[in-house]
Amino acid sequence: MSAAFRIPGAGRLKQARTASFSFDGKSYAGIEGDTLASALLANGVHLVGRSFKYHRPRGFLSAGAEEPNALVQIVRDDARKTPNVRATVQELYDGLAANSQNRWPSLSFDVGAVNDIASPMFSAGFYYKTFMWPKAAWKSLYEPKIRAAAGLGVSPDRPDPDHYSSRYAHCDVLVLGGGAAGIAAALAAAETGASVIIADEQADLGGSLRFETGARIEGKDGFAWAQAAVASLKGMDNVRVLSRATAFGYYAQNFVGLVERVSDHLKSPGADLPRERLWQVRARRVVLATGSIERHMVFADNDRPGIMLASAARTYLNHHGVAVGRNVGVYTANDSAYAAAVDLKKAGVNVAAIVDLRDNPTGPAIEEARALGIEINFGRAVVRAGGKLRVSSMTVQPKNGGGERTIPVDAILMSAGWTPSVHLFSQSRGKVAFNDETKRFVPGTYAQDCVSVGACNGTDGLSATIDEAYAAGAKAAKDAGAKATKGAKPKVDAGENWSRGMLGAAPGAGPDTTVKAFVDFQNDVTAKDIRQAVHEGMRSIEHVKRFTTNGMATDQGKTSNMHGLAIAAETLGKPIPQVGLTTFRAPYTPVTFGSIVSHARGPLFDPTRRTATHGWAARQGAVFEDVGQWKRAWYFPKTGEDMHASVNRECATVRKTAGLFDASTLGKIEVVGPDAAKFMELLYTNPWEKLEPGRCRYGIMLREDGFIYDDGVVGRLAPDRFHVTTTTGGAARVMNHMEDYLQTEFPHLNVWLTSISEQWAVVAVQGPKSREIIAPLVEGIDMSDEAMPHMSVREGKICGVPTRLFRMSFTGERGFEVNVPADYGEAVWEALWAEGQKHGATAYGTEAMHVLRAEKGYIIVGQDTDGTVTPNDAGLDWAVGKKKADFVGIRGLTRPDLVAKGRKQLVGLKTKDPKVVLEEGAQIVADPKQPVPMKMIGHVTSSYWSENCGRSIALALVAGGRDRMGETLYVPMPDGTIEVEVTGMVFIDETGGRLNG
Amino acid sequence: MLLIRCPYCEEERPELEFRNAGEAHVARSANIAGESDDDFEKFFFIRSNPKGIIYERWRHIHGCARFFNAVRDTVTDRFIMTYKAGEPKPSKLPKNSNDVVSK
Amino acid sequence: MAKAAAKTTAAASSATVDRRQALAGRSVSTAGARLEVLPPAERISLRAPEASVAALSKALGVALPGKPKTSATKGGRTALWLGPDEWLVIDEGGNDPLADCAKVTALHSSVGVSHRNVAIAVSGPGAAATINAGCPQDLSLEAFPVGACSRTILGKVEIVLLRTAADAFRVECWRSFSDYVFTFLSEGARDAGN
Repeated sequence: MSAAFRIPGAGRLKQARTASFSFDGKSYAGIEGDTLASALLANGVHLVGRSFKYHRPRGFLSAGAEEPNALVQIVRDDARKTPNVRATVQELYDGLAANSQNRWPSLSFDVGAVNDIASPMFSAGFYYKTFMWPKAAWKSLYEPKIRAAAGLGVSPDRPDPDHYSSRYAHCDVLVLGGGAAGIAAALAAAETGASVIIADEQADLGGSLRFETGARIEGKDGFAWAQAAVASLKGMDNVRVLSRATAFGYYAQNFVGLVERVSDHLKSPGADLPRERLWQVRARRVVLATGSIERHMVFADNDRPGIMLASAARTYLNHHGVAVGRNVGVYTANDSAYAAAVDLKKAGVNVAAIVDLRDNPTGPAIEEARALGIEINFGRAVVRAGGKLRVSSMTVQPKNGGGERTIPVDAILMSAGWTPSVHLFSQSRGKVAFNDETKRFVPGTYAQDCVSVGACNGTDGLSATIDEAYAAGAKAAKDAGAKATKGAKPKVDAGENWSRGMLGAAPGAGPDTTVKAFVDFQNDVTAKDIRQAVHEGMRSIEHVKRFTTNGMATDQGKTSNMHGLAIAAETLGKPIPQVGLTTFRAPYTPVTFGSIVSHARGPLFDPTRRTATHGWAARQGAVFEDVGQWKRAWYFPKTGEDMHASVNRECATVRKTAGLFDASTLGKIEVVGPDAAKFMELLYTNPWEKLEPGRCRYGIMLREDGFIYDDGVVGRLAPDRFHVTTTTGGAARVMNHMEDYLQTEFPHLNVWLTSISEQWAVVAVQGPKSREIIAPLVEGIDMSDEAMPHMSVREGKICGVPTRLFRMSFTGERGFEVNVPADYGEAVWEALWAEGQKHGATAYGTEAMHVLRAEKGYIIVGQDTDGTVTPNDAGLDWAVGKKKADFVGIRGLTRPDLVAKGRKQLVGLKTKDPKVVLEEGAQIVADPKQPVPMKMIGHVTSSYWSENCGRSIALALVAGGRDRMGETLYVPMPDGTIEVEVTGMVFIDETGGRLNG
Repeated sequence: MLLIRCPYCEEERPELEFRNAGEAHVARSANIAGESDDDFEKFFFIRSNPKGIIYERWRHIHGCARFFNAVRDTVTDRFIMTYKAGEPKPSKLPKNSNDVVSK
Repeated sequence: MAKAAAKTTAAASSATVDRRQALAGRSVSTAGARLEVLPPAERISLRAPEASVAALSKALGVALPGKPKTSATKGGRTALWLGPDEWLVIDEGGNDPLADCAKVTALHSSVGVSHRNVAIAVSGPGAAATINAGCPQDLSLEAFPVGACSRTILGKVEIVLLRTAADAFRVECWRSFSDYVFTFLSEGARDAGN
């Protein structure tokens, strides 16, 4: 298929490299280097979308990132359907498939367009007025309908198969924007030897040089100079050139976020190529060279396909070699649109007429247009565009009224002037200032180490821009610590120059009219809507914005903000600076979730921590549970066993013979120094000074408020050395808590803390046969009861590797915990397992561990305590050193509320029906017949089926619990009330004889 | 992401390496066990929560692991200065709050 | 019965079980960088006040660096400054720094952490870019020269970073985080090759 609007000899694309693509299922031909927009235009396609609210037909407004209309869905495959892609930014690749959005059943016949006819219903703020009553209709009717109508495009419903990468980078000078100004600044900075990053959102740097045929620099066409300059920058070791990279956010201390689109333009990206790369750049100095954006004219039906910015038409012609029509009209309030008329005319396109609002402007651009014989109408306005799916005419009228004349056209090129892109400057917390003469906001007060150059700084003309940018680049490098510039400033031979223009609605779309003159195309906001917002009481521009949604679409009002502001100011009768500009926020253009998430998905979403014996457990068929970031063996089912059966068997076997349990995840801290015992005295409630080396003690750690923070067994290895264990979940915070006190409250103590959690793998061997299992493998340790009683620790060897062997028990059975260097953990486990097999031992998981400890009434901090439980509440008063003068929490413990009667205390519960297992978290009441809401006096903290007890057991926090022994309480559940008896916390072996059994 | 000057590492490091640790210069009494309820309340529960200059503790937890003190402006989020733990509250702040200095 | 079992049984004085390193056998090579798991090393976490530094340096045979972000290497032994009173000492020569410190009477704390850490070598032209995929520090040679070291962040975990050459780093992390770190670095290396 031939591209009818491709002009031979025009543009820079190589005609030979064709690419076929489809739009709404129809095939077209394009050229490599096209955007989807230029390729569609080359085929004469202007209608590409429907607007959000009124479903009006829309075409291309721009040729860049500011595009509000031409949003399409790009479909690579079932999982890759990207909605809301700006066709003006999407580069063409062979096989690209795009679909239009927000239309049904088709783009040219869209049922939703009825909204346009019914538009009086959908005026500004209609959401706030329409869906108020009846109230019940909100949930059943309004919300579902609105949700169905809201949004553009279709989200993919499968996991994103692409990958995204990220990179932190640092540089002396970061240049944002790769037009003439950015390139000049980067050259100046780079020549000093400073490290430079220059980023531009386009595939090729050059900015407006892409369309400015009048620019000549260093004897070359402007765009050719830009390519040569970029090539030389790329050749320098100290420079990184990022193309297709949009700086979306400017954060504190010159921290800038950029997204580089790495492979969206490729037909079949390599597997190692990320789709996008997130750059987080810290720069000593930032040069903002973000240019300016052309504004449209605000007149009736200015949204018809074929009506576009003059600079866009120039880009399509001068860069892509595409004519946007055969018979174009021009509507302008400044000089720059004349250049478009001239370029098109020279390319053989008929220019029907130029309509200029200004009365008698003069200048070279106007002279040139006149010399080419183009009809020019000064002091006139386009009051209406004709056509629906494509513009067919423009109706012209003297701006102060008078006779109308309708001129047939197939495109209208418009320019109301240029808006400096101060978005990033504003994000940097800089304050913009309004220049009353040029009617634009430009950077005023700076908040960070950055500088604006060129069009975004309100600097007009190529020569002045390059002067300013080159000097700023050199200064930025110098301020960042580099030496003086060695290079020479690029010489500008010729450039284009324009400024001024108009803001707000054009004649014919004034306050006395009801026409649809669009200000914000994407959100369908008209000049009339903005006036209405003011009439309805909105005074601040922030309120006008939210009431009308002007500037709140994904284009963030790049083309609409200034017009909207001007119309609001005019309606309010106030000067523009008094009405104020809305705040610019990140992101500058939409950013994918993928690039923000970057590597942090799948296995990198969060670390998965595995112990040294994980592989063994997995091979045994263990089922794992997540405990924080850890994977812990939950239970070890044998063939045919469910969880219940497995846990019952594991629990019974431990008490009958023995069990092996992986306790490696417990936190471990080595406390070393002459003041180690003194420090332990301060951090734990227990006394430590008199604990003999080789002995252990169960310790309780409080916060200053007196509540239990952590617990664990502590072994004293030497007078100046303790091996402290913490809960699995508490490992990191306990270390932080201890360091905090050591460094800031007790810095006089000579003691140091080292985390050894991961140095030692820990195999707990528990049960009557535990010693017989371990002893054959141990060397240098006398394990007799006399030499190594319960709660002692010895250092020696097991299987020939060093061990810290603890005799301790979290099951109530004779028990040991074998610490070995982590790399030996699995092999030592296997050796112990082989010994265990001789005695019929089992491996047991965390579930059995929970049951076994509950049978003994041993608490788990964080399950049986919740940050409001004191040692006394938990029945652990014995662990608080009564003679101690100080420890963390000592004062908190005497707070009035903590010593008051009736506090919740930990007790045991037995259900009257032994088969009933309570639910953890269930509430407890004293009187089940009281009216709802009942007075709840406590809750169940732990509850299990105990195979060893032959019944269910539970622990609970109950108000005044220890005074209620034997009392019957009630646990109301949805399907009935459960009777329970309050008991002690120990369900098995109350005398503790089994510890030596 | 902020840059925070660690007074022990003697350079600015990325915020990700640090953790806030609450208000600074709230000393724990050497005789805490004998404190009145009112004094304990002031020590443990009451914080100044100012709009503007705040003195707070930070820990370079993923760096040198030291706790230190910082002066920060809660309005601008800017660090004005940092100093080592145990050093007195600075009587004078640097004029240019852009300069993050270490004592 | 219990008594009999309690008797110390003679066992071999050398290990009768094998050592199983985390990440064993894993390596990655891309156009940008190569990742290799380094062999086991002896490591201690050494803590000491200023007054003990000379005695410990002498005993260890390597001068403990006093400047932030620096390291010193001698005879297969590297001392990394991690904090004002904290060093990570890594011995790759098969000698035991824990034993050397045990002889020092000057105030200090020396704790064996040989098995706590896993070391990954990252080398190649894209080594810094690989690490910068998740490490926010400036890894230019000006800011992080050869020999520079720091505890810092990679993605969501803590690492210790040591630059061993212009294009080579040693990354140390805790054992259970090593899978995450290696996988993260693999992603970084994959991108650094583009």
